[in-house]
Amino acid sequence: MTAPAQAPARRYDHARASLGNVIRSEWTKIWSVRSTPWTLLILVVATVGISVLASWGTSTHLNTLSAEDRATLDVTYNSLAGLTLGQLAIAVLGVLIVTTEYSTGGVKATFTAVPNRLRVLLAKGIVFAVIATAVGMITTFLAFYAAQPFWAHQHLAAHIGDPGVLRAIIGSGLYVLASGMFGFALGAVIRHTAGAITAAVALLLVVPPLTQLLPGEWGHDIFKVFTSNAGSMIATTVQQSRSLTPWEGYLAMTVWWVVPLILGAYLIRRRDA
Amino acid sequence: MIEARGLTKRFGDKVAVDDLSFVVEPGIVTGFLGPNGAGKSTTMRLILGLDHPTRGQALVNGHPYATAKAPMREVGALLDAKDVHGGRTARAHLKSLAQSNGLPGRRVDEVLDLVGMREVADKRIKGFSLGMSQRIGIAAAMLGDPQILMFDEPVNGLDPEGILWIRGFMQHEAANGRTVFVSSHLMSEMALTAEHLIVIGRGKLLADTSVTEFIAQNSVGGVRVRTPQIEAMRDAFGRAGVKVTDVDKFLQVEGMTTDEVGDLAAANHITIHELFTQHSSLEEAFMEMTRDSVEYHAQVGDVAALDPAAMVGGTK
Repeated sequence: MTAPAQAPARRYDHARASLGNVIRSEWTKIWSVRSTPWTLLILVVATVGISVLASWGTSTHLNTLSAEDRATLDVTYNSLAGLTLGQLAIAVLGVLIVTTEYSTGGVKATFTAVPNRLRVLLAKGIVFAVIATAVGMITTFLAFYAAQPFWAHQHLAAHIGDPGVLRAIIGSGLYVLASGMFGFALGAVIRHTAGAITAAVALLLVVPPLTQLLPGEWGHDIFKVFTSNAGSMIATTVQQSRSLTPWEGYLAMTVWWVVPLILGAYLIRRRDA
Repeated sequence: MIEARGLTKRFGDKVAVDDLSFVVEPGIVTGFLGPNGAGKSTTMRLILGLDHPTRGQALVNGHPYATAKAPMREVGALLDAKDVHGGRTARAHLKSLAQSNGLPGRRVDEVLDLVGMREVADKRIKGFSLGMSQRIGIAAAMLGDPQILMFDEPVNGLDPEGILWIRGFMQHEAANGRTVFVSSHLMSEMALTAEHLIVIGRGKLLADTSVTEFIAQNSVGGVRVRTPQIEAMRDAFGRAGVKVTDVDKFLQVEGMTTDEVGDLAAANHITIHELFTQHSSLEEAFMEMTRDSVEYHAQVGDVAALDPAAMVGGTK
């Protein structure tokens, strides 16, 4: 037990908790839990499936539409309709990436290995953003092309070269990123899985249509900038009157996740882990 | 080396760690002893920067832990073995930690071998027993070949084999020159493992001393005698000039052997019914020291507090 009090020869001189290394670590972490492939699969299947169903349904009931509705029919937008549900899958994954650290207690190991918490949050955010964007793009292209045969019956199929169509598809892929980051930011602020998922579902799916009930001009202003109301404009190819333009909408959606993420970054440093 | 300087942590009105100052030296196992709720875990969390101190600071190798460039080379810590995402395999868990500090991938297999867990490396952690999780936690702590090891109650819930393994492991690593800081609420455990002791109660420092010194200072013994002629015996002791205390139905004296007490009784024609040497154990010494600072008294503890003899005399 009594040994000379001399430090052991130090190994691993090049070891550093650099951003690059923390990104590698977070990449390993995100792919080593089952919830990641499952939620991504749900994102793809739900988005493509519902987009196809919506296109099938709308295209076969065109005769029930009024002439006015038919004139403003947005085939591309309908072909991406499944994102209404798909956004929730990616938002849930965004929540889980942060909150499971806290619910499992794994955050102690994480912050002991890398005490620079902002670096951890940044690395997690980068890894998740890359995955959400890549899978988001695949999903929206798949949904678009899977839906077109149903419109082709009515000679209404949209083409990638048509005005706004490519922007709508790529923009919708970016919308997957934005809704995922929204969940991620809520997770960083709320830290509890159930609370953050509830907040994400409420703010992305439940509350947006309700804001339509708000009276007056200010009510309409809130409606058009509210999360998915604003963000979904990126999928439109027919400009809706009194709505934000596609990129205005996308910008508003971005503000919706950047602001809570800044708050989350502030809190992650201040709070006890 | 770990150094606490006036370390204080409040949670609302409650002071969990109260102006704690100590130094943990390399080359020996330092035991961090205190009853449950004394603030041991909080102190360790403060050292690692997981909690922010209300006042004071903790230094690791002379600087705050959060400023370490390669944190895993400096400290390997195991706070709670179950604090890990159970959905990951042991290998993925260790790999992600190694990557975060840019440690080589082969290090994962090395530490798995070190704790004898290579075979179950590709199984999900949630199926592991506490003992297995404990070993994975130790493997994680060893990844960066750190100068400092810090374990919070590592023997809790382990079987005897696991306890022996951890004890041996800590002593071996200390002998290799590492700083080993280990907490426990059991004095008996520390007496076997540690060379130096830091004792706290209700967040306050109660002792910072070597185990040998602690034993010498705190284990008091005495001779106990039971007799139907208790007053005569007391007078006899009084005439002999020794200090007598009443412990339950016994008289206890210090500085006399059982032979001397027997002779004294015979010389005074006193009948003795029982005569023996009473050693207070280390555990009792520790309980005595921390009695006022125990956070939550159990019922047994409450009885003992009312009637110290019930416990000291009754358990031995």
